[in-house]
Amino acid sequence: MIFTIAGRELRGLFLSPLGWSILAVVQLILAYMFLAQIDFFMQLQPRLPTLPGAPGITEIVAVPLLGNAAMILLLIVPLITMRLISDERRNQTLPLLFAAPISMSTIVLGKFVGVMTFLLIMLLMILMMPLTLLLGSSLDFGLLAAATLGLFLLLASFAAVGLFMSSLTAQPTIAAVSTFGVLLLLWILDWAGNHADGGSGSDVLAYLSILRHYEALLKGVFNSADVIYYLLFITIFLVLSIRRLDAERTQH
Amino acid sequence: MSMDSLISVENLYRYYGGLCAVHDLCFEVRRGEVLGFLGPNGAGKSTTMRIIGGNLAPSAGRVLINGVDILDQPMLAKAELGFLPETPPLYRDLTVNEYLVYCARINRISRPQQRAAIDSAKERCGLTEVGRRLIANLSKGYQQRVGIAQAIIHSPSVVLLDEPTVGLDPIQIREIRTLIRDVANEHSVVLSTHILPEVQSVCDRVQIINRGRLVLNESIEQMREKLQATTLLVALRSMPPLSELESVAGVASVERLEDGRVRIGYEVENDPSDAIVEQAVANGWGLHELTPERMTLEQVFVDITSSDAHTHGEFDERGEHGGKGEAA
Repeated sequence: MIFTIAGRELRGLFLSPLGWSILAVVQLILAYMFLAQIDFFMQLQPRLPTLPGAPGITEIVAVPLLGNAAMILLLIVPLITMRLISDERRNQTLPLLFAAPISMSTIVLGKFVGVMTFLLIMLLMILMMPLTLLLGSSLDFGLLAAATLGLFLLLASFAAVGLFMSSLTAQPTIAAVSTFGVLLLLWILDWAGNHADGGSGSDVLAYLSILRHYEALLKGVFNSADVIYYLLFITIFLVLSIRRLDAERTQH
Repeated sequence: MSMDSLISVENLYRYYGGLCAVHDLCFEVRRGEVLGFLGPNGAGKSTTMRIIGGNLAPSAGRVLINGVDILDQPMLAKAELGFLPETPPLYRDLTVNEYLVYCARINRISRPQQRAAIDSAKERCGLTEVGRRLIANLSKGYQQRVGIAQAIIHSPSVVLLDEPTVGLDPIQIREIRTLIRDVANEHSVVLSTHILPEVQSVCDRVQIINRGRLVLNESIEQMREKLQATTLLVALRSMPPLSELESVAGVASVERLEDGRVRIGYEVENDPSDAIVEQAVANGWGLHELTPERMTLEQVFVDITSSDAHTHGEFDERGEHGGKGEAA
């Protein structure tokens, strides 16, 4: 049942030009960044063998690419998630789901899985770029896997926030703007931690930052605390969305 | 609750903030019955339909579908329910076929039976020709049919149709009514509407709701008795004095109308038509029109709802607000 709703969501994205144009734009921008990184690597390459413990191509090309992807997708994911529930509310199609013998959690999970499938397609397309480097070089697969896992969890968190924001309103644009606001805020929470000199409050803020945990994974450090942070984050926003849809029937 | 009652609504209340949209509603829908749910705009029809359809939780009271409480076991209750809300819940970017496949799936029709369920729903709603067209490009009448197809696709025992003919042209209205009658052959139907002939032509039983309260609950036969004529319109070329008309057997009252005709009132048991014709011929009045004035459901409706407004004068304001609440 979850996959039926997910399939409908995914189809919806590809039936409109939105899905295609998002994939194309993201790919274009990241390809440009990828090529710039390769250029940078070529300049660096003659000097690399002389350095002890020099970074490899994965660190110089693939990791910055995934880091930049996170930033671009922070802008893009709200546009993908904005329509999830708000559009159904605006077109008054929610009664179809509510009158069918399916639970609210199935609806929310279905929508989430649908968006995640789309984001997974995007992630695979992004990963193709570093993987082409295998043609002329070798990669540090451990590092690449950790960074990919990080980006995947980060995208899932973005999508969960977007889904929740979309469940709050009937206007997709409001959902997009507020999702973007929340995500950016969670992103820059980190700054408070960076600038203050070890105040305990700012430590907490820094720990809450969605970026901090991604950076660790980008360095190839797989800490289960980071993974659990993301899983908790996703769960919280999914539960909030379910509660919000449930409340739709009772309050007015 | 009797064994054959499919929907049973018990002491239903619904408040929107402090406004009471539905007040102590109790009724039952029996198997194979078409119930007309009638009321002016803002009476609480849609609210009630949405509560029965599981889209809205009641503030108090409960709804049993086939003996199953819709709040306690929503999955079980909703499987027996087909719901067409006021605005048909259509995905305009899908074709009719794609949409119905999706509806079949979310209504948990098992995969092998989906094909047959979709085909039969399409055939019954006259959608076979337009299966491959985008819903967005269909006319309003066809969109409404897709909405009905969606409601009957899983062969529920009850189908709720909320104002299914609103915004359609007369031909489409007739087609949709035929379709509703057809649906009624296999399912119980609750039809909410503010169009009276619709109820007269389709329903077995009428319920009138006004300001959130049930003000009338009768079978269509009982309703017809109420609608019997008690006045005649008579036009005569050479008008005799009114006293002469009054003396005709059975005539209770005579009233001269502005256009020269007279309205003759009588008791239900003794119809004076024959006597009037005889007298007219005998006295050379030149009778050229004799029409029984039928009381339409419309009048009954207006009578009931306006007299209700008198007795419940204190709820005037609330009624209007209820309407807004319903639209929200």
